[in-house]
Amino acid sequence: MMVMVKALPFLWQGLLVTLQISAIVVTIALGLGLLFGTALTYAPRWVAWPVRAYSDIARGLPLITLIFFVYYAMPALKVNVSGWWAAVAALAAFETAHVAEVTRGALQSIHPGQTEAGRAIGLTFVQRMLYVIFPQALRRFLPPWINTVVDTVKGSALVSLVGIVDLMLAVQQVIGRTFQPLPLYVLGAAIYFIINYTLSQLSRRLEARFAYVRE
Amino acid sequence: MSYHLNFAAVWRNFGRLGWGLALSLELAAIGIAAGVIIGLALALFAQGRGRVVRTLIAAYVEFIRNVPLLLLVYLVFYGIPSVGGFAYSATTSFVVTLSIYAGAYLVEVFRAGLDAIPRGLIDAGRAIGLTPWQRMAYVQTPTMLRIVLPSLSNAFISLFKDTAIASVIAVPELTYGANWISTNTFRIIEVYAVVTPMYLVTGWTLLLLLRQVERRYALRRA
Repeated sequence: MMVMVKALPFLWQGLLVTLQISAIVVTIALGLGLLFGTALTYAPRWVAWPVRAYSDIARGLPLITLIFFVYYAMPALKVNVSGWWAAVAALAAFETAHVAEVTRGALQSIHPGQTEAGRAIGLTFVQRMLYVIFPQALRRFLPPWINTVVDTVKGSALVSLVGIVDLMLAVQQVIGRTFQPLPLYVLGAAIYFIINYTLSQLSRRLEARFAYVRE
Repeated sequence: MSYHLNFAAVWRNFGRLGWGLALSLELAAIGIAAGVIIGLALALFAQGRGRVVRTLIAAYVEFIRNVPLLLLVYLVFYGIPSVGGFAYSATTSFVVTLSIYAGAYLVEVFRAGLDAIPRGLIDAGRAIGLTPWQRMAYVQTPTMLRIVLPSLSNAFISLFKDTAIASVIAVPELTYGANWISTNTFRIIEVYAVVTPMYLVTGWTLLLLLRQVERRYALRRA
């Protein structure tokens, strides 16, 4: 029990790194994912096809393999990038593909009549997206999107494998000094659980909140 | 760019990748089988039980789903033997972890599947005089399995990708083989140029095969 309390300040530093990496990845994945998802749904084939290929490849590989590959291959290709950014880029590439699919699903759930109506009153594509499609798609987008945020926080534990001292590696380092694996893994699990459970509950709450809408 | 591709080192050690892929598939298969047993048992057991049973099952599900798999793998491999005074092989440890992990996801899938069974089907079973056990064995379970078949195949493919995490405790699966070759020969680009298609082609082949099975057996929710 004492070891858990004493480890807390050290784990706190790791937690901050986990949260920081998650926040950066979630921001990048949200921006690019919305763009790619919209491209998957509405873009002409020569734009949509490369995005589809990217999405299928990024989602078809294990995240851990993607992280190892980006981390080790960048120096071999003479690309000068820090290990931190390599890991963040791999995680972001993975989550972007997932957000793109969530966006595509949300956009496709909107009845085509909405687009036709927007077109009939002379709205441009951007106006149709901003005023007609996105506001309606939001309720289909938010719950699964929060699940991708949970996946990001969980996936960020894998950056510990390339030497970034996040919560996971902080736990490992404390174990390396105290030789008490069980209490510290349980403590680490509890911290991850608190963050992710809060997010999952939020997702579930929103889903229930939006459930009244029937197409 | 002055990098010269040389695949010789990869082909020389290709056995590690080939057998690694086989082990990945094996781990995923055992994981899904054990996960189905755990998930099915808990989902059927929870039916119509009181709040205590449901809360316990929910606690299991929520804990597993909200903690990184990497941490669970470490917890089972390093954490539990440290106080239990016993040890097991890395592969056994990972299989156990993956089964518990898969079970937590599948309980939810099966619960939703049970909820989706048309009420009239169960009433019909009752009307022809089936006992509760018979209704469970001949009406609910087969129907539910056909309803959740698409979710099951997605879970299987997802587990296949999750087996890559076993590399951190030196289970010799595909990603471990890739790491071994890249640390021993430094042919990093070449190794991943081979491993990436291995994962993708296997994953997509599984997807195509399972979609065929679904087309034959899955029930579409009305």
